[in-house]
Amino acid sequence: MSSPPRQESYRLSTLRLLEAESLHILREVVAEFEPPVMLYSVGKDSSVLLRLAQKAFHPARIPFPLLHVDTGLKFPEMYAFRDRLCAEVGAELVVYRNAEAIREGANPWSWGTIRCCAALKTQALLQALRAGGYDAAFGGARRDEEKSRAKERIYSFRDAHGQWDPKNQRPELWNLYNGRINPGESIRVFPLSNWTELDVWHYIYLENIPVVPMYFAAERDMVARGGQLIPVGPATRLQPGERPEKVWCRFRTLGCYPCTGAVRSRAATVPEIIAEMMVARHSERITRLIDHDQDSSMEQKKKEGYF
Amino acid sequence: MNDVQTLLRQSEAADLLRFTTAGSVDDGKSTLIGRLLSDCKAIYEDHLAAVQRDSKRLNREGLDLALLTDGLKAEREQGITIDVAYRYFSTPRRRFIIADTPGHVQYTRNMATGASTANLAIILIDARNGVLTQSRRHGFIASLLGIPHALIAVNKMDLVDYSAEVFERLRAEYAAFAARLQIRDIAYVPISALHGDNVAAPSPRMPWYRGLTVLAHLETVEITGDRNLIDFRFPVQYVNRPHLDFRGFCGTVASGVVRPGDEVLILPSGRASRVKAILTRDGPLDYAFPPQAVTLCLSDEVDVSRGDLLVHPRNLPHLERAAESLLIWMSDAPLALHRPYLVKHLTSTLRAVFTRLDYRINPDGLHREPAETLGLNEIGRAAVEFFRPLAFDEYARNRATGCFIVIDPLSNATVGAGMIIDRLRGRPGAPTAAAPASRHVSPEVSLVPPAARQRLLRQRPATLWLTGLSGAGKSTLARRLEQALIAAGHAACLLDGDNVRQGLNRDLGFGPAERAENIRRVAEVARLMNDAGLLVITSFISPYREDRRRARDIVGPDRFLEIYLSAPLAVCEQRDVKGLYRKARAGEIPEFTGVSAPYEEPERADLTLPTDALSVEQAVARVLDLLRERGCLNPEPT
Repeated sequence: MSSPPRQESYRLSTLRLLEAESLHILREVVAEFEPPVMLYSVGKDSSVLLRLAQKAFHPARIPFPLLHVDTGLKFPEMYAFRDRLCAEVGAELVVYRNAEAIREGANPWSWGTIRCCAALKTQALLQALRAGGYDAAFGGARRDEEKSRAKERIYSFRDAHGQWDPKNQRPELWNLYNGRINPGESIRVFPLSNWTELDVWHYIYLENIPVVPMYFAAERDMVARGGQLIPVGPATRLQPGERPEKVWCRFRTLGCYPCTGAVRSRAATVPEIIAEMMVARHSERITRLIDHDQDSSMEQKKKEGYF
Repeated sequence: MNDVQTLLRQSEAADLLRFTTAGSVDDGKSTLIGRLLSDCKAIYEDHLAAVQRDSKRLNREGLDLALLTDGLKAEREQGITIDVAYRYFSTPRRRFIIADTPGHVQYTRNMATGASTANLAIILIDARNGVLTQSRRHGFIASLLGIPHALIAVNKMDLVDYSAEVFERLRAEYAAFAARLQIRDIAYVPISALHGDNVAAPSPRMPWYRGLTVLAHLETVEITGDRNLIDFRFPVQYVNRPHLDFRGFCGTVASGVVRPGDEVLILPSGRASRVKAILTRDGPLDYAFPPQAVTLCLSDEVDVSRGDLLVHPRNLPHLERAAESLLIWMSDAPLALHRPYLVKHLTSTLRAVFTRLDYRINPDGLHREPAETLGLNEIGRAAVEFFRPLAFDEYARNRATGCFIVIDPLSNATVGAGMIIDRLRGRPGAPTAAAPASRHVSPEVSLVPPAARQRLLRQRPATLWLTGLSGAGKSTLARRLEQALIAAGHAACLLDGDNVRQGLNRDLGFGPAERAENIRRVAEVARLMNDAGLLVITSFISPYREDRRRARDIVGPDRFLEIYLSAPLAVCEQRDVKGLYRKARAGEIPEFTGVSAPYEEPERADLTLPTDALSVEQAVARVLDLLRERGCLNPEPT
């Protein structure tokens, strides 16, 4: 037996508590499911999740593939970052596109955001999970992001069509997760459920985790539209009277370029971002157009199989 | 940038408190949460704007803060909370996670979900309405799930003129109830959530209150001592074996502290090994404690797999095939005794059956009620039998290793949650009765062995449990038996229904639940008297089989003798010594056994006495024969 403790502390900071909870969840899923997959969206939450997966299985490599459901409408910086990071980490990357919808010309301008999201994200995701035969899929969603996510379990049970039934969720007690499913059914797992946006940035700072440069402020070509600051890319369709301008801004969240707004900011480093967040008066998802396209829109999308 | 450094340092120092709130729209739960969040600047402007917009759209009066947490469409439309919502906020001292749960009884399972991981429960009382059923139930659920701290917020003090008397009266009333709970630490705070009194800032309108505000209490309540740092338990979650030269056991420390060099036992196999290293991606650790997620490497090539439990050899959990548990049932399909379910405990999932249901607990009054099964949201005490040996601790001692969930193997739904009270009773060393209701109570083991009393009194203790209809002759037989035993030089004592109901049990009526409690108390007293070496004669109608079975369990099956006085109803009614049958037939006595309440005959009594055909002397002689037969009178010295 070891000698009695002298100067031992048994206290964990909130971040380390959250980290421990996430590692537990990651390991539990890998132990009980075969094979799981991790949804990798290239954003900051995905970066954190990837680091946690490395920690959970160290010194082994991450024992599951990463799945990027690609709408083809992501920012070019995101693709470059994705390929570089996956190579560095040595993770297997699966990219899936809803080829049929893309062939039919799906885009938010002429299809509208609801139809476009349904085809390029929700349908694509369901097709990808089916194609890979994945019973369990990790996602980086957090409960502080949105009101229906605040209601979702860490293990989110989905029926054979990937649908969430918010009124009939499995009770989830202690850290005993029920991962039992019948063939065709699946579980979406959210290891970052209890993290906040600020926690994510703290952790990125503490752990020195690489993120897409678009999170940092720079002078970019933007156009102001409906209260949002929309980036101007090669395919952006300017509306009458709109004129691109150079704006110091950064992205709080990253989605598809036609549907993701930026915030005016000069925060060019992680500490500067944290400082900015301390006084932020708006939630991060205010810049996500798809959250506001219908009433209870996130709940509705989840019921249909969205993450 | 100094701000950021300060913030990061604060964040490093701040610990995390998870608390749960329960309630419905009317008692001000949402208002309190809204007040806490807004006073801590944890509501974004766009979220607040959305609440304003939705309040108008849903035609609510003013700003409906419930819309902050009631995130589901169905909740918003109906104005109720259906499932747990999690909200996050922080102060410089602490981080908080609120599990905001519904208060209605039909969502008890969702309340339990929120309570299972909470350090503290906020329970609301409306100062105008007093302590209602719902506040009691919330306290009970919090206690059941082992939440160590509770904050009783007496809300709407503005509507009772901030009266100290009202607060003191409610505090006393709830404290009287809470004395029966197992919550270690309970604070009472008078508040007005609407006006913010004593929520984040002290109330100038209640100068008589000297205690902490709700927020100050949340910030300072001491929680480091709540973790079990004594009993090392490490459930193996995942075996990491990337190549032949490495084998690590991943898991979360459930309790206790482990250090490299520690000797460990692997349960259930019982093999021994030693901790070689505690690994993380950030380097090896000198020690690990709960709830750190680490990888342990052992110094021997022993067989270890997921589901095994690593412990220190001189601090062992129970390793048993069965346990006594408190069970919350969470499914529309009722609990089926003897049907195999799946149980998930730590990292093992195994088959198990519930072999016995002792009682259901009425969560509103904490009464125990006889029950055949448990329905949705019902709570009861049940014996569970595992299909293989399982290593566990009592939930009261270890919140991580004492709980399990129950899964229906067909639907895969989570249908129950269990908290282990003890090993299966009736085993050597295990207490014979229900676990004590307070964790401050632990059974003191007498230094006097039973054999010493037996030699002194020249008798082996037993409880003669007389059962039968009113008028069957129980009291008469009981008195004559006591007389005969004393005359023969034995120490005997009589417990009679009427006597006990005038003293010990005078608070109890005659409904099934209260009859059950009456019998339980009598059985407990009989057990104490048996422990003291006495022969005990009890004389109670005790009409329910279940109650008598429970009495047998409490007293101990080897000491309990069930004696059935089997005079038929017609004979008893004709005797009607006390005139009770006449009154019962006239409807003056409700729930009278044989007339308006059932009598369940014993299936296998130790002795049946047809008292309509026997004289009292004959009956006494037969009972004495039974006692001799069982070796209770003048036993051979051991």
